[in-house]
Amino acid sequence: MNPRELTRARPGPARTVTFDGRPLEALPGQTVAAALWAAGVTAWRSTRDAGRPRGVFCGIGVCFDCLVTVNGRPNQRACLVPVRPGDDIRTQEGTGRDDD
Amino acid sequence: MTERPRLAVVGAGPAGLAAALAAAARGVQVTLVDAADQAGGQFYRQPAAALGARRPQALHHQWRTWERLRDGLDRHRTAGRITQLTDHHVWCVARDSASGAFAVHALLGPAQEDGVTVRADAVLLATGAYERVLPFPGWTLPGVVTAGGAQAMLKGGLVLPGRRVVVAGTGPLLLPVAAGLAAAGAWVAALVESAGPGALLHRAPALAAQPGKLAEGAGYAARLLRHGVRTLARHTVVAAHGTDRLEAVTVAALDRDGRPRPGSARRIPCDTLAVGHGMLPHTDLAETLGCTLSGTAVRVDAEQRTDVPGVWAAGEATGVGGAALALAEGHIAGRSAAARLRGTAPDPGGWGAARTRTRLRAFATALDAVYAPPAGWADRVPDETVVCRCEEVTAGEVRGAVDSLGAGDLRTVKLLTRAGMGWCQGRMCAPAVAGLAGCPLTAGRRPFARPVPLGVLAALPETE
Repeated sequence: MNPRELTRARPGPARTVTFDGRPLEALPGQTVAAALWAAGVTAWRSTRDAGRPRGVFCGIGVCFDCLVTVNGRPNQRACLVPVRPGDDIRTQEGTGRDDD
Repeated sequence: MTERPRLAVVGAGPAGLAAALAAAARGVQVTLVDAADQAGGQFYRQPAAALGARRPQALHHQWRTWERLRDGLDRHRTAGRITQLTDHHVWCVARDSASGAFAVHALLGPAQEDGVTVRADAVLLATGAYERVLPFPGWTLPGVVTAGGAQAMLKGGLVLPGRRVVVAGTGPLLLPVAAGLAAAGAWVAALVESAGPGALLHRAPALAAQPGKLAEGAGYAARLLRHGVRTLARHTVVAAHGTDRLEAVTVAALDRDGRPRPGSARRIPCDTLAVGHGMLPHTDLAETLGCTLSGTAVRVDAEQRTDVPGVWAAGEATGVGGAALALAEGHIAGRSAAARLRGTAPDPGGWGAARTRTRLRAFATALDAVYAPPAGWADRVPDETVVCRCEEVTAGEVRGAVDSLGAGDLRTVKLLTRAGMGWCQGRMCAPAVAGLAGCPLTAGRRPFARPVPLGVLAALPETE
């Protein structure tokens, strides 16, 4: 059993995105976080101070732990932002800006 | 035709929907503003439409109620009585003290770079709640998520956080989360609840007054049994292990005083820990408007009115009590707003919802007592454990601010340590910091409910 079978989901065709340059298949309607989870990825940020890995924590846009860089724009909440075809998703290091 | 009074309802979960329907049915023009792309809130969070789920109810409870709300919303939208604004992240509600009119300021999602303002004669805050998680070693590892977060990702994105899950903490949310994850194919290695069955028995009269709620709990318990989920009552997760991601948790039994029993620790391999210790109301918008709080919740009267004229509140924002209570409060608030906007008084005698509200509030109070975090939890957080996830402030640093520098409240700890100063503005760490500092958990007094781009602020008219 998986969640899609359970809910008898018939998603549209998957789209390709990249995570740190590696191609991934993502389903339409999924958030960036959901697409990464589906691909087995659970961390996509390293903290500013200790450089520790982080991913989803609250899942509803409150905690800002899941910040990620999408198409060059840092500090996107992966749990809120829907994935779009061709998205260039990258692990966010620190503040995600060059002056870090 | 006289113009219909305008009510802005913030939040499209059970409370906001019930309020919007009640007000729209009584001659009010409603604007329903919500951050998500579909109505439902957290409780009735729907899978993204493009996922084509033909049986979303498999992940839900009380689906009939949702259908009634959804159909009512559709009817009122078609009739032009409700305008639904999705993907609107409200960051501030302002009241013009001269005219009493309201401006609801929102950012347009998902980019949240552009602002929009909704005007209204009254506002109804149904902003819901978020999860409280108390820190323990390893709680910042990827693979450790909130129980509600695991459920939200499952309901909305139809994804699982991992294959082998431990659900832990305390509170009535843990049962449906564990049952949902198991039904969706995760192996739930254990449900670890710090409250014991004895605590439930002590509150038996208040709980027995809600046989429907008890049956709901029993239903989840039966489903867990069916999926072979082991329930460890009066146990707690003392640590999560792993280097770059979660590999296992250590759980221990709790003694009568809420302390881990020596020698009871055991390790459970898992790739996911879904953890929560209850819920906290979202009160930022109410606070900025000047509404008085009671503890951490917005204070309301019998009609769900706050103490600021023209501002109503309902649902978890006024005290966490679950979806059924939120529906009753929302209905009462919507009826009250409709009457008051017409210059009349609502007729409370005819409100079945008021009796339901009384019963469910008593039930919620009893549950709160049962599902309190184990006594002395703060003393057991090791000094090196990160407490503020954003600013990476440890328990030892917070204790240093309290013991050596004399900090006695959240604000002083924040100024001395940066705990609570980061992206989440203390929403995640405030309960832990309050526990470590031995001070009450007070509301955050955040002028904005979410980060706002400077360009959006600069574009506001000067009068605001």
